Amino acid sequence: MAGRSKTRQTLVAWSFALPFLLLFVVFLAGPIAAAFVTSFTDLRVTDIKNPLSVDFVGIGNYLDVLGDQRFQKAAQNTAVFVLVGIPLTMALALAAATGLNQGIVRFRTIFRVGFYLPVVTSIVAIAVVWRLLLGSEAGLVNGILAGFGIDGPGWLTDERYALWSIIAMAAWRNLGFLMVIFLAGLQTIPGDLYEAAEVDGANRWQRFRGITLPMMRPTLLFGAVTTGIGYVQFFEEPFVMTEGGPLNATLSLALYGYRQFSFGNYGYTAALSFILFLAIALLTLLMFRLIRPAT
Amino acid sequence: MSTIAPPRELPTAGSGSKASPRRSRSGWWIYLPLVIGVILLVGPFIWMVLGSLKTTGELRQVPPTFLPQNPTLDNYAELFDRLSFARFFFNSAIVATAVTAGNVIFCSMLGYALAKLQFPGKRILFAVVLGTLMVPGIVTFMPLFVLVANLNLTNTHAGLILPFLVGAFGVFLMRQFIGGIPDELLDAARVDGAGEHYIFWRIVMPLCGPAIATLSILTFLGSWNSFLWPLVVANTEDMYTLPVAIALFATGQQETNIALLMAGSVVVIVPVLIIFILLQRYFTQGIAMTGIK
Repeated sequence: MAGRSKTRQTLVAWSFALPFLLLFVVFLAGPIAAAFVTSFTDLRVTDIKNPLSVDFVGIGNYLDVLGDQRFQKAAQNTAVFVLVGIPLTMALALAAATGLNQGIVRFRTIFRVGFYLPVVTSIVAIAVVWRLLLGSEAGLVNGILAGFGIDGPGWLTDERYALWSIIAMAAWRNLGFLMVIFLAGLQTIPGDLYEAAEVDGANRWQRFRGITLPMMRPTLLFGAVTTGIGYVQFFEEPFVMTEGGPLNATLSLALYGYRQFSFGNYGYTAALSFILFLAIALLTLLMFRLIRPAT
Repeated sequence: MSTIAPPRELPTAGSGSKASPRRSRSGWWIYLPLVIGVILLVGPFIWMVLGSLKTTGELRQVPPTFLPQNPTLDNYAELFDRLSFARFFFNSAIVATAVTAGNVIFCSMLGYALAKLQFPGKRILFAVVLGTLMVPGIVTFMPLFVLVANLNLTNTHAGLILPFLVGAFGVFLMRQFIGGIPDELLDAARVDGAGEHYIFWRIVMPLCGPAIATLSILTFLGSWNSFLWPLVVANTEDMYTLPVAIALFATGQQETNIALLMAGSVVVIVPVLIIFILLQRYFTQGIAMTGIK
């Protein structure tokens, strides 16, 4: 009797899971597995209607990707974007969250909403606006600089500035998300810790170093990991703002992978995408090592 | 973390601030960097809206103007008359609505099973679903494209919608929230002879209002703003979503018409901004609900 009702409950439970699972297997788990297999084959766009007839080429695609100069350039750009972008975004977000946590009452909602605004908007539309904003002649930024007598550079057309301009835009767009998370983290720190430190004569900076940062470690880790996963895959920004140029100065791994897909090199794209996946996993591991609370 | 307390709202002005009582006597100077920050973050949006009311000639002027000299709605008229922005808007809206409905229904169902029912394989199932959160979108889009092409669904709404009807985030969120519903409530219904499906639809779902609202908003926005997949699947203009349309115009022949691009960006961004400003507490609730402290 008990066994029967147990079987029944299992059946009922799976009936709840079934619709999700069908879609999940066909459109998410299946494609991940298929991408992995494809990365060892010479699948091209011409095989699209008959994907099972391709030949296995072992790790040939991976060797091709790693030896490709454009891949190396894209990997270098992506590394700079991630390694500069994450700390920059986090520092700005922490500054904003700390500012908002100083017992500010007036205009609190306006600040919060204002800082969060760019997060909810389409990256593509934002990138279009920033491209015009940073335009070398009629752009607002250079217009303002000209008002101070400064001849602004071609922010997106000069090889030396293009990647940095895109990093600045990414930080601008994403800091609001981290700010909200950091603000929630700051508010869990007991106020008497600060009072005790104040009594002991610790100044503002010492209190920040000695209390805020250690107490915020788990929150900072979460922020670094989520931001990192997104930044490794940056794609829309160079697609819209620079098309990867000038001279591949802003070519990202995701954009390069998309291009190879457009050329029909599916096996190559799959290998590249798993290298990107591996990079995300390694970066996450690294951040856990760096920020993990000391045990 | 198996259950979670009801979502904590982040303190807002007027809602009885829960901010730590320390340092309530801050000087005006603390406002200065915040004001500068808000201007830097909101400024580009204001510039965009004002720019959409200018002519291309005015936008090309050196030095640039801030306020439009002769405000005009011509750019919008052109977007909707000559370019089919009404069509792109419709495509974006229908795809985002269908994707949101799918996520709310299917993720809630699985979330209920994971939170309140006992069955073999439950833990592995949850781990596998969560594991896909870390897989980058670039891994799946190529095999998805091969699949959708073989189903003859490229350049259709179904092709745009189907791959995103379910996602790991929704399962995580709904499982967390449903886990907080007291078991006694469900057991009482079971004693009265209610089946699990009745309990789920009539008791659990009506209690999930805040979680469903959060999941709906986040999913809708994610779909509205998504780019890579619609770029790959929509081959002809009548299937473009707004981001695809504006990205291709920005990098194609319309490149020089910056007034149109400004107006196009407004059409993509402003509906989202309005939703966000009206419903902003659900965004922060979502962050609190997923268990970040």
